[in-house]
Amino acid sequence: MTAVDQTYPHHGSEGRVALADQLRRAERSRKIRAFGLTVPLILFLLITFAIPIAQVLFQGVKNGEMTQIMPGLTEELETWDGQGMPPERVVESFVRDVAAASENQTLARVAKRLNFSISGYRSLLLKTARRLPSPDQSDLLQALVEIDTRWSERRYWTAMKQASPRFTLEYLLTTVDRQFDADGEIVRKPPETSLYLTVLMRTLWISMSVTLICVIIGYPMAYLLATLPAKYSNILLLLLLLPFWTSLLVRTTAWLVLLQNQGVVNDAGIWLGLWEEPLQLIRNRLGVYIAMVHILLPFMVLPIYSVMKGISPFHLKAAASLGARPVRSFLKVYAPQTIAGVGAGSLLVFIITLGFYITPALVGGPGDQMLSYFIAFSANSTVNWGLAAALSLMLMLCVGVFFAFYSRLVGVRSLGTGS
Amino acid sequence: MGSSDVAVRFEDVSKTYDGVSLVVDQLSLDIREGEFLTLLGPSGSGKTTCLMMLAGFEVPTSGDIHLRGQSLRTVSPYERNIGMVFQNYALFPHMTVAENLAFPLEARGIARSEVGQRIEKSLDMVKLGGLGDRRPMQLSGGQQQRVAVARALVYEPTLVLMDEPLGALDKQLREQMQLELRHLHESIGVTIIYVTHDQGEALTMSDRIAVFNDGKIRQIAPPEDLYEKPENAFVAEFIGENNRFSGTVRYINGALCKVEVDGGATIDALPINIGEIGSRTSVSLRPEAVLVNPADDRVENRFSAEIKERIYHGDHIRLRVEVFGNDDFIVKVPRSHTPGSLEVGQTCTIGWRSAECRALDVPTIQQTTTN
Repeated sequence: MTAVDQTYPHHGSEGRVALADQLRRAERSRKIRAFGLTVPLILFLLITFAIPIAQVLFQGVKNGEMTQIMPGLTEELETWDGQGMPPERVVESFVRDVAAASENQTLARVAKRLNFSISGYRSLLLKTARRLPSPDQSDLLQALVEIDTRWSERRYWTAMKQASPRFTLEYLLTTVDRQFDADGEIVRKPPETSLYLTVLMRTLWISMSVTLICVIIGYPMAYLLATLPAKYSNILLLLLLLPFWTSLLVRTTAWLVLLQNQGVVNDAGIWLGLWEEPLQLIRNRLGVYIAMVHILLPFMVLPIYSVMKGISPFHLKAAASLGARPVRSFLKVYAPQTIAGVGAGSLLVFIITLGFYITPALVGGPGDQMLSYFIAFSANSTVNWGLAAALSLMLMLCVGVFFAFYSRLVGVRSLGTGS
Repeated sequence: MGSSDVAVRFEDVSKTYDGVSLVVDQLSLDIREGEFLTLLGPSGSGKTTCLMMLAGFEVPTSGDIHLRGQSLRTVSPYERNIGMVFQNYALFPHMTVAENLAFPLEARGIARSEVGQRIEKSLDMVKLGGLGDRRPMQLSGGQQQRVAVARALVYEPTLVLMDEPLGALDKQLREQMQLELRHLHESIGVTIIYVTHDQGEALTMSDRIAVFNDGKIRQIAPPEDLYEKPENAFVAEFIGENNRFSGTVRYINGALCKVEVDGGATIDALPINIGEIGSRTSVSLRPEAVLVNPADDRVENRFSAEIKERIYHGDHIRLRVEVFGNDDFIVKVPRSHTPGSLEVGQTCTIGWRSAECRALDVPTIQQTTTN
């Protein structure tokens, strides 16, 4: 045995196990320490981000009003199969609970909730409450129908039954213009109340268009930034980041000033004789695209720029020396190496665009409003938290789908290049 | 040299980037077909600029470059059919090795079936057969270097340019690759122009070496001539080790001259690059040409020297001695010829043959050797 072997006796098979153990132990404490450093961040995210968002999104499937305010009716409705007209005991507990609710002044909440399912339900319920028959009277249903004939329609009763469980898909279905019919089947909403599918499609379409325009404008810009000498590219980079110095609202308002009918652009165009009448540049899709592309361009340029910065200038020289014309060098050598940057930029722009609210609200027309506008509308104007939450969930789902798509498309490929 | 043998001709080529200083100064150079020519010089001496002008990435400010008799002035880089190996290989990271090699062939519209064959042949040539499916990042530095060489050769270019291709490798691998490149050149006979600042690399591989300084070629010669017969003080200093005496020419007699060294003594030297009697000169003498306690009668110059430092180098011993006032005179004593004891503080006799002493020009600016 040599001196080395004596100093390190774990060269035997037993020693080797001990060595592996030692390594594991050393690694474990290192890992725990590394994880410990991230604990504040994880807690912060959990408390300020994950939990509140989860709570809001929960509103999208929660169905608390009926159970809470009309417990008796809820119980009776559960035993009713929803076929035909409701039996006497259901109607009786309905009348009792409405009476109790209007006494407690909680009826308005139920009325509001039911109004989401069938519009007009609110006034029906309040009207009924004012002239409520005594619960002990016989043929209560007939008495209700005398107050309002709508009580003879089955769907007004099934709507209550559908609103009774603790959880509901109703809000989520609304976001894709679907609803439950009286039999509990999922059906398309009538066209006059359909809205959100169109809005969703419009949101996706605007996001994709803005992303595409940003790629088309941003790619050459990033190339210029990446290839210019530092003293020029630093100035350009500063110009690119300049908009970040002012708030989003100011920038959007600036476009309002520029693009309106008596705005700078129109006045200049008419003064130069380029066009006669003021062009409609705002309160339409064009205005939305102009303002959003301007706001989002840096998010496209920066990731592409950083990827381009990492491409050795020798690659293009090598391609030329190997006999490739400039177009071929670009398409085969340069562009494939920038895909990760374009992907990251596109994802960033696309996701930010999906949630845009202020800009389309200010520079767009009624037909240019995106999903966020309707979320805000539901939350602030109609105070339909359930729908607002469901729409938010929809938006998040879109983001998730596109993120998964991106990581499949670009993530895998960028792994392959080893970068 | 007949004009048909000339692969590349530089004609009075000058290049300036800022309009003030010349990076390449009125350079004229003929490169023979099939030659391995090395452009050697310190950084900023203009050697890489010459290569880039030849490749077409830089345009000469004046003068012209001819490739096989054709002026390159209006020929784009991608039309020159010149292979190039870059310092960091410039392999395309998103392509496999085979795709990298296929790139120049596809750019030339070569049939798919032939592409496969040529790739295989090229990979075998650089001993990388079977690694075609790997990506460059999965290969070692030496393997990447070979891929770069294979890619520069696969389309049989007129000429191959190499810009310090071994700079990123460690010493042992570098020496191995030097030999492999040398053998590759011998077996396929393509003209190679090689840029380096490493004199050892240049001496090992080249048919001829052009030593650059300040945008000019100071000497162009085969390695032996360059080392043994430097024509000016810059080349003597830049290539190998050198003992230099500054002095004044006192006497010229055809093949020999006498130089009075600043320390007082007078030595005989070959008058290679000197002015008239009375002019200043710098005498160059290789450390290994100096003998300690010489027994040979033909050693004309003998002086007494004091040993100041002794450094053991394994195969030889380096002595720093003081001789006529110059105390950084270096003597290399081969291990097998150690004449008695050589201890610091001892006095011994050193001597050399006059034919080993070359009286050269006085360097205008003190040049520091890079190696």
